[in-house]
Amino acid sequence: MAVMTYIEAVTAAMREEMTRDEKVFVLGEDVGARGGVFGATKGLFETFGEERVIDTPLAESAIAGVGIGAAMYGMKPIAEMQFADFMLPAVNQIISEAAKTRYRSNNDWTSPITVRAPYGGGVHGALYHSQSVESLFNHVPGLKIVMPSTPYDVKGLLKAAVRDPDPVLFFEHKRAYRLIKGDVPDHDYTLPIGKADVKKEGTDVTVISYGLCLQFAMQAAEKLEDEGISSHVLDLRTVYPLDREAVVEAASKTGKVLLVTEDNKEGSLMGEVAAVIGEHCLFDLDAPVQRLAGPDVPSMPYAPPMEKHFMMNPEKVEAAIRDLAEF
Amino acid sequence: MSSPSIERFGLSKDRVLSMYETMLLARKIDERMWLLNRAGKIPFVVSCQGQEGAQVGAAMALETEKDYILPYYRDLGLVLHFGMTPVDLMMQGFAKAPDPNSGGRQMPGHFGQKENRIVSGSSPVTTQLPHAAGFGLAAKMEKKDFVTLVSFGEGSASQGDFHEGANFAGIHNLPVIFFCENNKYAISVPMDKQSGSEYVSDRAAGYGMPGVTVDGNDPLAVYEAVKQAADRARNGEGPTLIETMTYRLTPHSSDDDDSFYRSKEEVEQAKQEDAVHTFSAYLKENGVLTEAGEQEMLERIKRTVDDATEQAEEAPYGTPESVLDYVYAQQDGERRWQ
Repeated sequence: MAVMTYIEAVTAAMREEMTRDEKVFVLGEDVGARGGVFGATKGLFETFGEERVIDTPLAESAIAGVGIGAAMYGMKPIAEMQFADFMLPAVNQIISEAAKTRYRSNNDWTSPITVRAPYGGGVHGALYHSQSVESLFNHVPGLKIVMPSTPYDVKGLLKAAVRDPDPVLFFEHKRAYRLIKGDVPDHDYTLPIGKADVKKEGTDVTVISYGLCLQFAMQAAEKLEDEGISSHVLDLRTVYPLDREAVVEAASKTGKVLLVTEDNKEGSLMGEVAAVIGEHCLFDLDAPVQRLAGPDVPSMPYAPPMEKHFMMNPEKVEAAIRDLAEF
Repeated sequence: MSSPSIERFGLSKDRVLSMYETMLLARKIDERMWLLNRAGKIPFVVSCQGQEGAQVGAAMALETEKDYILPYYRDLGLVLHFGMTPVDLMMQGFAKAPDPNSGGRQMPGHFGQKENRIVSGSSPVTTQLPHAAGFGLAAKMEKKDFVTLVSFGEGSASQGDFHEGANFAGIHNLPVIFFCENNKYAISVPMDKQSGSEYVSDRAAGYGMPGVTVDGNDPLAVYEAVKQAADRARNGEGPTLIETMTYRLTPHSSDDDDSFYRSKEEVEQAKQEDAVHTFSAYLKENGVLTEAGEQEMLERIKRTVDDATEQAEEAPYGTPESVLDYVYAQQDGERRWQ
C-alpha cells in the first residue's frame, strides 16, 4: 500500500494496464516525451516507446476518431484530451460513433475506447480550462461516464474503464490531481463501473456528489459531526448511467438530500439525480431536495475573487448541510 | 473506353467478367430498391447508380480475406464484392431482423458486417476517415499486412475529419487508401461550390501522400490505381488518396428531386458514359463478353434479385422490445427502470 496523489493513481493505472495487455496504448497531445501537460503519462513513453505512447497532432476529432477505429479493430486505446474544455471538436466522434457503434450494428461492432480528460476549476484556468462537461454527455446511452474522487477509486476505475467492452469517458478533476492524496494498493484491482459508493454513513442529511466536490462534502461532513449533525455521503463515481438504486437507498436513509456539483446548476446531472429521488422517494423525504452547484454563467472567470465565487468549497457545502439539518 | 488491354492488369478473363457481373448485380439490386420504394414497400433508397465501376474496380484490387473497408452509403458495389449478399442487402432495404448491417436499425446504405471486415458506419459524413487511420494504426502496431480502404464522396472532403484522418495517416505512414468517389454533387451542391481546388486529389500533397484522379467509369483504371495503392500500403510505403470521377445518375435519395439543381440533358449525357454500359461494350469489343453471355448474366441476376426480394419480404422484423438490446455489453440496470 502506497500513499499516492490522484494523478499518480492515473499514471499507475495506465502503466499497469499497458504492462498487462499489449493492445492497450495511449494517444493524445503531448503525452509522449513531455509526459502530458499535467504529467499523467509521465514515464510511459520511456517504458513503452513512441509506438504505444503516441503524440498526436493537435486535432481532437482525430484523437477520438483514430482511437475509435483502433478500438473497433480490437485494440484498447486510452485517448487523452488535454482539457475537457477542448473535447468539443471530438463530440461527433464520441456521440455519433463511439456511443452508437454497438447499437447501430446490432452488437456486431463495438468501440471499447477510454477517453480521459481533466475537468473542473480552481486552478486559475479561466473560462476554457475550468469547465465541467459531463452534462454534455450524460444523456447519451452507449456511453459510460466515470468521475472518481479518490486515488483508490481512480486506479480501480481507470483499470476497469480500459477493460470495459464499451466506451468510457473518464473525467479527472485537475485540481484534485495534486491536492488529493490517499492509500492505493500496489496490487492489481478494479472497481465496478456503474456502482456508487457510500463514503460515509450518517443519519441526518444525505449528501450526494462526485469528483472533487465529494472531497469537499467529506470535509464538511466531518466538521459537522462535532456539532452533532450526522451526514450520509454517497459518491456517484459513475455519473452515467446512474446507480439509481444507490441514489434511492441513500436518499431514503435520511429523507434530507443535498446534491453537490461544480457544474452550472441548470441542466447539470444533479437534475437527473433529483428526478430519480422524486420518482422513488416521495414518502421518505422530510425536506425539498437541494442542489448546490456552480452559477448559471458560461464558465469560470480568471480573476481570483471571481473564480473563488464560482468554485465549490467545503464551507458552501457545510452551510448547505446545516440548513437542511435544521429544516 | 480508354483502357489498355485487359492482360496488362494481370486479371483473368473470368475475373473481368466477374467484375462486370458484380457491377451489374449492384445496378439491378439498386433499381429493384427504387421500384420497391415507389411501390410503397420500402421507405428509403440511397443509390449506387453511376458509381458501380469505381466501386467494384476498387474492391477487386483488395484482398477480401484480410483487408478492411469502411464504405460510405453508396458503396453497394464495394460491399457486394466483400461478401455481403443480395439477400443481406434486401433484408437491409426492408429493415428486417436478419439484416446483418444493423438488424433493421439503420437506414439502407449504412453498411457494416464484421465477418466480412466491412466496418459499421453512421450518417454524419466523414467520421469514418479517422476510423480508417485507426485501423491502419492497428495494422502497424500489430505488424499485420492488411490494407484499409475508406471511401467517401467529394462533399466529405470538406469536413474536418477528412483533414484530421488523412493527416494522421500521412504522419504515421499508415496502410490506408483514401478513396473518393467524386460524383459531382453533394445532394445539390456542385464541386465548384464545395472546394477551392479543382480536384480532391490535389490535397494529397498536404498530407505527404500521393494523390491521383482516375476515370471512375473505367473499372480497370480504378482497379490499377487501387492495386498500386494497396501494394504501396502493404510494402510499408504509406497511404494514397485516390479520386475517381463518377456521376450520380439518380437523385441524392428517394426523397430528393434533382430537377431543382441540374438539367435532364446533363444526366442523359452522363448515362452515355455510365460504366455499366461502356464496360459492357468494351468487354464485347475485346471478345471477353458475348451478347448471349450477357443475357445469361442478366437472367441469373434477375433470379437472384427476385429471390432476395421475396426472402426479405417474408422475413420478420425485429421485435418491438428488441429496441432495448445492445446499448451496452451488459444490459444490467437498463430495463429494470424503464
